[in-house]
Amino acid sequence: MKAATFLAALALGAVSLAAGAAVAADGPTLAAVKQRGHLMCGGDGTRPGISAPDAKGEWGGFDVDFCRVVAAAIFGDPTKVRFIALTTVQRFPSLQSGEIDVLSRSTTHNLTRDAALGFDFSPITMYAHTALMVHKDLGVKAGKELDGASVCVPPGTSIERNIADFWQQNNIKYKPVVIDNQKELNETYLAHRCDVIANFLPGLATIRAYQAAKPEDHVILPDVLLKEPLAITFRQGDAQWKDIVSWSVYATFEAEEKGLTSKNVDAALKSKDPEIQRLLGVTADLGEKLGLPKDFVYQIVKKVGNYEEIWEKNVGKDAPLKLDRGLNKLWRDGGVLYSPPFQ
Amino acid sequence: MVEAEARRLVPRALSLDNETVRAVVLQVATAAAIVAALYLLGTNAAHNMARQGIVSGFGFLSQEAGYDVGESWIAHSARSTYARTLVVGLLNTLYVSAVAIVLATVLGVLVGIARVSPNWLLRKVSAGYVEIFRNTPLLLQIVFWYTVMRQLPPPRRALQPIEGVFLSNRGFTHPVPTWDPAHGWMLAAAAIGIGAAIAYRRAARRHHERTGRRWPVLWPTAALVVGLPALAWLAGGSPIGLDVPRMRAFNFQGGTTHSPELVALLIALVAYIGAFIGEIVRFGIQAVGSGQREAARALGLRDGHALRLVVLPQALRIIVPPLTSQYLNLVKDSSLAVWIGYPDFVSVTNTAINQTGQAVEGIFLMMLVYLSISLSISLFMNWYNRRIGYRR
Repeated sequence: MKAATFLAALALGAVSLAAGAAVAADGPTLAAVKQRGHLMCGGDGTRPGISAPDAKGEWGGFDVDFCRVVAAAIFGDPTKVRFIALTTVQRFPSLQSGEIDVLSRSTTHNLTRDAALGFDFSPITMYAHTALMVHKDLGVKAGKELDGASVCVPPGTSIERNIADFWQQNNIKYKPVVIDNQKELNETYLAHRCDVIANFLPGLATIRAYQAAKPEDHVILPDVLLKEPLAITFRQGDAQWKDIVSWSVYATFEAEEKGLTSKNVDAALKSKDPEIQRLLGVTADLGEKLGLPKDFVYQIVKKVGNYEEIWEKNVGKDAPLKLDRGLNKLWRDGGVLYSPPFQ
Repeated sequence: MVEAEARRLVPRALSLDNETVRAVVLQVATAAAIVAALYLLGTNAAHNMARQGIVSGFGFLSQEAGYDVGESWIAHSARSTYARTLVVGLLNTLYVSAVAIVLATVLGVLVGIARVSPNWLLRKVSAGYVEIFRNTPLLLQIVFWYTVMRQLPPPRRALQPIEGVFLSNRGFTHPVPTWDPAHGWMLAAAAIGIGAAIAYRRAARRHHERTGRRWPVLWPTAALVVGLPALAWLAGGSPIGLDVPRMRAFNFQGGTTHSPELVALLIALVAYIGAFIGEIVRFGIQAVGSGQREAARALGLRDGHALRLVVLPQALRIIVPPLTSQYLNLVKDSSLAVWIGYPDFVSVTNTAINQTGQAVEGIFLMMLVYLSISLSISLFMNWYNRRIGYRR
């Protein structure tokens, strides 16, 4: 008798558990983030300059700063973020299951991810491409000379496909070595287990600058394998959340275009320029339309910086990577960064 | 008798006081609760996926996978379907598991016998091996062996312990015989030899049971299994062609190469599971009372015969059930291959999950595959256990 009651209770418990899960997933992302008091951001965690914790456990890097941009927009405080290190294989299930609110992990925007995985993407935060790095002593000058080479590739990435396509297009063969843990993969390449390591260009630059014993022993080949437009990824179906993340990214472009930096933005609050007044929330309440404080752009620029500051500090001339901005310049400087008007 | 009397006193009515009724009700309720929970979890997952715009179903299996797999037993390219790619991973899992099970069993039996050997050094060395390998985490051992493999010189400066056999950080490369029609005849001869050996051993056993006299077993068996293929080889013109590996641009051409990932995983699995099997074999042998051995000797059996006819049959009954568990562990542990990039089923499925986003389907397939492999091993081992068990 007692056992039957217990089982009935168990069944009821399972019902309410399942129902509860369905209800909790329904709330808009912003409400959940505000209630929690911090943003949950998925990152790589192994790439200095892009995404990695420092000696004190403080996360930093290009990808990390874009999470901080979103946190600054919501809370006016870029430290209200918790970071979770995810491998390429873990990242999508983690986002789908709701463990994280945004994924800022050098993730390429492509059709399958957009349409079939249930994701949406922010504006492109970095225009990159798949590239190949080889050991210099091989004396290789171009990718098509790599017939029969062993190639270290991260699994579950667009890179894995780009590699298959590239070797097929050149009608040559290769052996992939596929390891989920990026650090282990890099070490496998550095130990000469692979002749080539494939990754997006800034990723290769990090391995060379931070992990290689002698950076000059490694050459990044000039081949451009495939476009890799990297963007912040989040779950589809929350229109407000898409707007918040997208306009937070645009704010970094727009701030650079208007010459606003973390240093001068306080002074700019008194600017007579109506566009700057609107942008910083002095005269308009653009932020409130997104469900954010009206000075969200001010908070982003003041606490994190504009796009140029984020780039130079993490991967550009102020960082060991010294990457050229290339396409990642404003449209008026010959790049492709272009924000719709803040009106 | 008293018990039966007591049971008759219990009311036979359809009441929960009736033991049978209670058992049935409980089992039905449990089954219903499990089905309900699974149904709810399933529909909840389906509902949430639909709401998030995730396309679900197994349709992706027939689509082009678009990625390569490092090692494959069947023809495979980036143009192959997901289904075929997953089969490649499955075969890799089966391969590494099968080879590791055989090697770990051989190693374990040797170690187990060494553990009870009268030789002091042998006993201590085997005890040291067992304690080291079963008391450190397997993942650590896998990473250790992989690091060792990676530290080997690159192919151009490969170690060459024997002419034509290379050890490099690209793996273990050795020559293979070039295919000759005689090899087909050798395979056929081996099959016939094994069949004949089994028939001969049956006949020998019947003869022994009937007359009490033993026919020689070892030499005729060896002659049939090894001798027949050797004869076929001689009759086929004794081909000695070898495909010897040579260094080309980035890697060896010719011969066969076993990747460092496979070698590291194999060594780790064999060493780890071998240590456990060693212990199982040791206690299996020790569990057979010394009286049995003494009785066998009193009957006039030689030591070898005493071991094979008296001790081992009894030890096996103790050994087989825990041995089954070790085999199951080994198959499941082989999925740690993911860490070092051996393209096993989990590794390949993980990539498929990522490319297609079909996490639920992918994990379902993984569960199905490991469950099927484990149940097959269990079935086989249980059958074997019954076969060697007491016949009453």
